[in-house]
Amino acid sequence: MRAGSRSQAWRSRRYRWDLRWSPYAFVAPFFLFFGAFGLFPLLYTGWAALHQVELTDPDAMTWVGARNFTRLLSDEFFWNALRNTVTIGLLSTVPQLLIALGLAHLLNYRLRGSAFFRVAVLTPYATSVAAATLVFVLLFGRDYGMVNWVLGLVGIDAVDWQNGTLSSQLAVSAIVVWRWTGYNALIYLAAMQAVPPELYESAELDGASRFQQFLHVTIPSLRPTILFTCVVSTIGATQLFGEPLLFNGGGGATGGADHQFQTLGLYLYEQGWVNLHLGRASAIAWAMFLILVLVGGAVRLLRGRGEGR
Amino acid sequence: MRALKAGRLTYVVLGLFTLGSLFPLVWTAIAASRNNTRLAQTPPPFWFGGNLGRNLSVAWTDANMGTALLNTAVVAGTVAAGTVVFSTLAGFAFARLRFRGQRLLLVLVVGTMLVPPQLSVVPLYMLIAELSWTDHLQAVVLPALVSAFGVFFMRQYLAQALPAELVEAARVDGASSLRVVWHVVFPVARPAMAVLGMLTFVMAWNDFFWPVIALTQNGSPTVQVALTGLGRGYIPDQSVIMAGALLGTLPLLLVFVLFGRQIVGGIMQGAVKG
Repeated sequence: MRAGSRSQAWRSRRYRWDLRWSPYAFVAPFFLFFGAFGLFPLLYTGWAALHQVELTDPDAMTWVGARNFTRLLSDEFFWNALRNTVTIGLLSTVPQLLIALGLAHLLNYRLRGSAFFRVAVLTPYATSVAAATLVFVLLFGRDYGMVNWVLGLVGIDAVDWQNGTLSSQLAVSAIVVWRWTGYNALIYLAAMQAVPPELYESAELDGASRFQQFLHVTIPSLRPTILFTCVVSTIGATQLFGEPLLFNGGGGATGGADHQFQTLGLYLYEQGWVNLHLGRASAIAWAMFLILVLVGGAVRLLRGRGEGR
Repeated sequence: MRALKAGRLTYVVLGLFTLGSLFPLVWTAIAASRNNTRLAQTPPPFWFGGNLGRNLSVAWTDANMGTALLNTAVVAGTVAAGTVVFSTLAGFAFARLRFRGQRLLLVLVVGTMLVPPQLSVVPLYMLIAELSWTDHLQAVVLPALVSAFGVFFMRQYLAQALPAELVEAARVDGASSLRVVWHVVFPVARPAMAVLGMLTFVMAWNDFFWPVIALTQNGSPTVQVALTGLGRGYIPDQSVIMAGALLGTLPLLLVFVLFGRQIVGGIMQGAVKG
């Protein structure tokens, strides 16, 4: 009897202990790994950006204050990369999201073989940056590429996709559009299916055509989702790296002979792992982050104004 | 859900989209089955040639594809398994358990999703260099083992799919937290775990930025890193490069053929809740 009550007391103590601490045990792995490989490096980047650090000897850090940052301001390649990131970002994000919206609208119809179409348009998502870019390099080849061959059929002269500024940026954007349009279409499709059907019914009673319904019911209902995809695509566009690296063929991290498609992500890599200046690479990373924060702030401001009206 | 029937034009346009989505992949296989000379001619080939076997074997040896594929499978498999288990545990804690600091920690998890990975890449490299992990697979596995998106995804799923009464009932029966996880949470979470696992696997398989930096010496590269090496020769053999691209893509295409519907469902599910 006494032994039983003692073991019961022990059991209930263990039970309370379990109730109290196991939640922490369950979230601990995430925070441990995140702390070591996410948060610590994140904070340390700011510190590294204030030093001269070379890849060859990462332990030897010399304090240089804000020099890595001031240097960026007068660095033409930095501004070039920033410009390229913005134009390639626009060239890839805007068409991608517009096409995805139209595609989602089509997928939202009652379709035969809808599962097939959904999987088919998502397939590029399963392709790696590396594989996709290598294929597109060939498709965009100047002399024997398929794109120029098709253009030739309709009487357009061959375009030197790799060496022009706009043409190379268009080609790099095409890879991004190809890989991500289907993915975004599925996200829009999910949001479209959550739109209450009554909205369409009342619009139909008001005599709205299908296109008007799309404009005045679907698009407004999708606003949060559209904003979400804009944010995600913008973040993705600032980080663009693999496409411009490999679109250069064997040419390395310069982003073309004239740096015509070198993005910020690629410039960071070139500074850090080709030119071996880790401190400067950190400063570029911070500049990229600042730009994102500024864009985010601008979006917020615009949105606040729109809702205030 | 609106159920307007699709007209013929819809099928035509969707057919074109399908063609656009699949054509570069099909053409990879066509180019991989030709030779370099044929690829340097117009019009480009539209049908298969007889060189596939030769190109695959050259790509296999030149880029060390066997090792690379094995490495990538190990990396993607471990990352997917770790992410799924850790995300389910944390997601369960956030969805159904109560503890001090819960809200704050959840905000922290969601907040980490907004931070771009470049921001930590330099110190992360310094860290793995310090640990002598460069060119070792743990350099790409360990930092990817947990995912804020995964935690959030599992939390949202369990908050909806796991009734609080079910957990209570197990508690009343005297089950410890670990038993609850094993006998209640994991079975309920299985569909979401499968989807998260596949999404993570695809992402880890295709990851490029960090592996290119961390696996610099090509000692034990992933497929993606190995592919960048294939194009570096003086006169790159395009058909061999295409064969390499094909080898790196085929395993994922297989996953897509088998589980495409579930992956589509998972992306759409995550989109509505996220």
